Amino acid sequence: MPKDQLDRLQLKLLKILARRVYDSSPFYHERMREAGMTPQDIRTLADVTKLPFMTKKDLRDGYPDKLFMRDRSELIRYHASSGTTGKPTIVGYTRNDVENWSESLARALTSIGLGKEDVIQVSNTYGLFSGGLGFHYAAEKIGAVVVPASTGNTERQLELIRDLEVTAIAATPSYLMYMGEVAEKMGIDIRRDTKLRSGLLGAEPWSDRMRDRIYETMGVRGFNCFGASELSGPMFLECAEQDGIHFWGDLALVEIIDPDSGEPLGPGQKGEMVVTMLQKEAFPMVRYRMGDITSIMEEPCPCGRAHPRLTRIQGRVDDMIIIRGINVFPSQVEHALMQHRELGNEFQIVVDRKDHMDSMLVRVELRPEAFTDDIVELNELREYISSRLKGVLNVSAKVELVQSGTLPRFEGKAKRVVDRREY
Amino acid sequence: MSDIGKYRIKQLSIFSENRPSRLGAVAKVLRDGKINILGFSIAEGAGYGVIRVLVDRPEEARDLLTKEGFVVKFTDVLAIQMEDRPGGLFDLTDQMKDINIEYGYGYRSPPYAVLIIRVEDIDKSIEKLIAGGLHLLDNVAFH
Amino acid sequence: MPLSELKSLQLKELKMLVYKLYTFSPFYRQKMKGKGVTPEDVQTLEDVTKLPFMTKKDLRDGYPDKLFLAHPREVVRYHASSGTTGKPTIMGYTQNDIQNWSESVARGLVSAGIGTDDVLQVSYTYGLFTGGLGLHYAAERIGAAVVPASTGNTERQIDLIRDMGVTAIAATPSYLLHLGEVAEKMGIDIQRDTKLRMGILGAEPWSQRMRDRIQDRLGIKAIDIYGASELSGPLWCECSEQQGIHVWSDLALVEIIDSATGEHVAPGEKGELVITMLQKEALPIIRYRLGDVTTLDEEVCPCGRAHPRIGRIQGRVDDMIIIRGINVFPSQVEHSLMTNPEVGNEFQIVIDRKGALDTMMVRAELRPEAFGDRVFELDAIKDRITHKLRSTLNVGVTVELVEPGSLPRFEGKAKRVVDKRVL
Repeated sequence: MPKDQLDRLQLKLLKILARRVYDSSPFYHERMREAGMTPQDIRTLADVTKLPFMTKKDLRDGYPDKLFMRDRSELIRYHASSGTTGKPTIVGYTRNDVENWSESLARALTSIGLGKEDVIQVSNTYGLFSGGLGFHYAAEKIGAVVVPASTGNTERQLELIRDLEVTAIAATPSYLMYMGEVAEKMGIDIRRDTKLRSGLLGAEPWSDRMRDRIYETMGVRGFNCFGASELSGPMFLECAEQDGIHFWGDLALVEIIDPDSGEPLGPGQKGEMVVTMLQKEAFPMVRYRMGDITSIMEEPCPCGRAHPRLTRIQGRVDDMIIIRGINVFPSQVEHALMQHRELGNEFQIVVDRKDHMDSMLVRVELRPEAFTDDIVELNELREYISSRLKGVLNVSAKVELVQSGTLPRFEGKAKRVVDRREY
Repeated sequence: MSDIGKYRIKQLSIFSENRPSRLGAVAKVLRDGKINILGFSIAEGAGYGVIRVLVDRPEEARDLLTKEGFVVKFTDVLAIQMEDRPGGLFDLTDQMKDINIEYGYGYRSPPYAVLIIRVEDIDKSIEKLIAGGLHLLDNVAFH
Repeated sequence: MPLSELKSLQLKELKMLVYKLYTFSPFYRQKMKGKGVTPEDVQTLEDVTKLPFMTKKDLRDGYPDKLFLAHPREVVRYHASSGTTGKPTIMGYTQNDIQNWSESVARGLVSAGIGTDDVLQVSYTYGLFTGGLGLHYAAERIGAAVVPASTGNTERQIDLIRDMGVTAIAATPSYLLHLGEVAEKMGIDIQRDTKLRMGILGAEPWSQRMRDRIQDRLGIKAIDIYGASELSGPLWCECSEQQGIHVWSDLALVEIIDSATGEHVAPGEKGELVITMLQKEALPIIRYRLGDVTTLDEEVCPCGRAHPRIGRIQGRVDDMIIIRGINVFPSQVEHSLMTNPEVGNEFQIVIDRKGALDTMMVRAELRPEAFGDRVFELDAIKDRITHKLRSTLNVGVTVELVEPGSLPRFEGKAKRVVDKRVL
């Protein structure tokens, strides 16, 4: 579809969306009223900037379903992502939402040449996290064979890749690199002994350097994937050109803004990504501030698709960190630690990457009253806190109990995260 | 190098499940073998313990314990003599600051006191400690 | 449909199945020839007894896909269950297999009283294990909303049950009891504060006593569900009468045999469950010995359905144990332990139930050569062994290192399992 046609389609969908959220979402109706606008104010695509932003906070405040525009009986699925503090963020889906989600990713899989002949191993977590089921449904939609490996048990995953002749894998890039190392230890040469050729990689920051290394060591072409549970789940992918992620214009409208002023930035300019989901039914997803820093690419893609392309994510506007594909906010860690009276208020998060696996260490001060001579008991406390953190964050964290008063103190904004990873 | 070997003290490390009276069983073997205990500690693991003892006849003690089904290992440790008065331990610490101590325990043996330590690199540690002017006990003092 | 009609339908399907296998499956033709049977020998339903049995061993020997009948291109999904020793067992599915599987569970859910307005929380593991996706697809098929909770993070599961208006949960019975206990600690009264009214419970042995306890404490209806990954996954459950599990006759043929002689037991007698899947395409299952002990009831159910019912599973014919819904064979434990040079050949598996949750402890004898004074080294050995066992068995396990010679020795068949659970 040529650019001007796509623009016209987007405008039409945007008008319908503005009308829909104005009519059926009390939350967004109120926002539009505050901004002094009505659906009639959307006359051109550029008018999208008149619509108020949405943020993660809106989703959190709307817990569990205050933002839903549809009756619950019309919803067929819920996913949840961990919120910035206690409560998770709930994402609801109508049948059409699940359909459009699968369609979006299925198109992307097709754009890199995957199809009925392929065997796709989905090594993203299945469950409330949208990664696993997202790829599962998309792979099913294009008629490929699905191996729902989910996470864990790397040796077995590798055996399955070899024995079931898996051709593509969906995973985090660091997990794929880790798999490569385990394979080597097991005496499996991915290039020679398996049919694995494509990696659908995302859910965490990575680099072209990692992409090159994955190709050199395993012969697997890594395709950059983008998504977020708020948008539905994994949605968009690079095409076979491996140069920028195509955002399907009929499903999503992307803008790049200056994170401070909120003003739109032009093509090629780096800023915060803002996404409007044009066809989402269950709840409004209008001008949602993703917190990711990227830019829209100016040149049309050599593949011929007019759908806009975004460059690799280049950072965050907030202090969110991504560990093994899971978003972690320091505020969540703080919230979880505060539940334990044995611990002080100061903590430090040390993120590192060893053998391609992210590790997270939470260093926290033990209150003097909680010290005991019983090492086994202290170890148990450490393990208990670690399991509680895992429960809240959905990612494992090691805990180190340190002496009271030894962690750095901050005047003003605390710097809780020490990130030692290199991408 | 050969002369510093005499500062290596043979300690018995005994693996012990967390079952009632395992300590009693160890002690009984030593008593029946008329073996004297010179130093002693228990370390706690998760679900098991490691009993560490210094005895007068380590080889014999090991054989007796092994015969009774115990898992026994020799570990070389160092014994540092210190003054039996306030500040006695502190006097040593300056010379010990570059040494990585894995664990330690002590006992009083008038007129002195003794600090037993397991260190990461024993020969280097011995050299450093002697160079620092500390008095290490010769294993003859034990065995 | 009356039983007589169901039976004539079954006979037709059985004849077709046998003919298809004899013609297209070298494995099964060989088996039939071994018993001197041809498809012509199957003229009545009773003639099913002339057919050879299939066992777990056949599936293991067929790794990964030697027993598959469908063309690889027709396969759309793989699942895997852990085998009795090293290799997993691979299950393949065609589109029809997935359809029939979902249809079978969907019918069961409807017969138990679940429909479009329900919100089903699926708290079985998603991934290669069939429990999660099995219930997920069935619930989606009947238009219920799915909360794909998978396992873990019980507090969040309870939050979701309350906040998302969950009406039914699919889980192991012991996990549901555990969830009830955690809810109580959180100050949430399942009866008063949630809409939960039904549990679809299975994947591990349980008893009428547990059913009573769950129904009394949580105020929900506890429905027994049965299945096995070899058969596709979870397949059949009780109807709202709660008097036995309906096995849909158009999809499966049930026999109960004396596991020693292989002969049918008298009607109503206890014996080993043998299942023939009448419509399975990718991986045919004929007279498969499940190892589960139960009874068969062919009387028409008070609900009016003529499909025969099997009773609650009363035990196993082999030494398999089920921990939190996962099948564990002592041979797997042995196999995994043997890869650790630090421990000897003797071991003991201690199963217990703490609160409502199963615990599994493996006691292994430390080899004298492996002992080395340092506590942290011993802890590292223990952690390594634990990690290997966990990834082989896919179930949480703790390891205790014991002194050599301290575990009981056996002349003849070793009794490796000490099961302290009271069901």
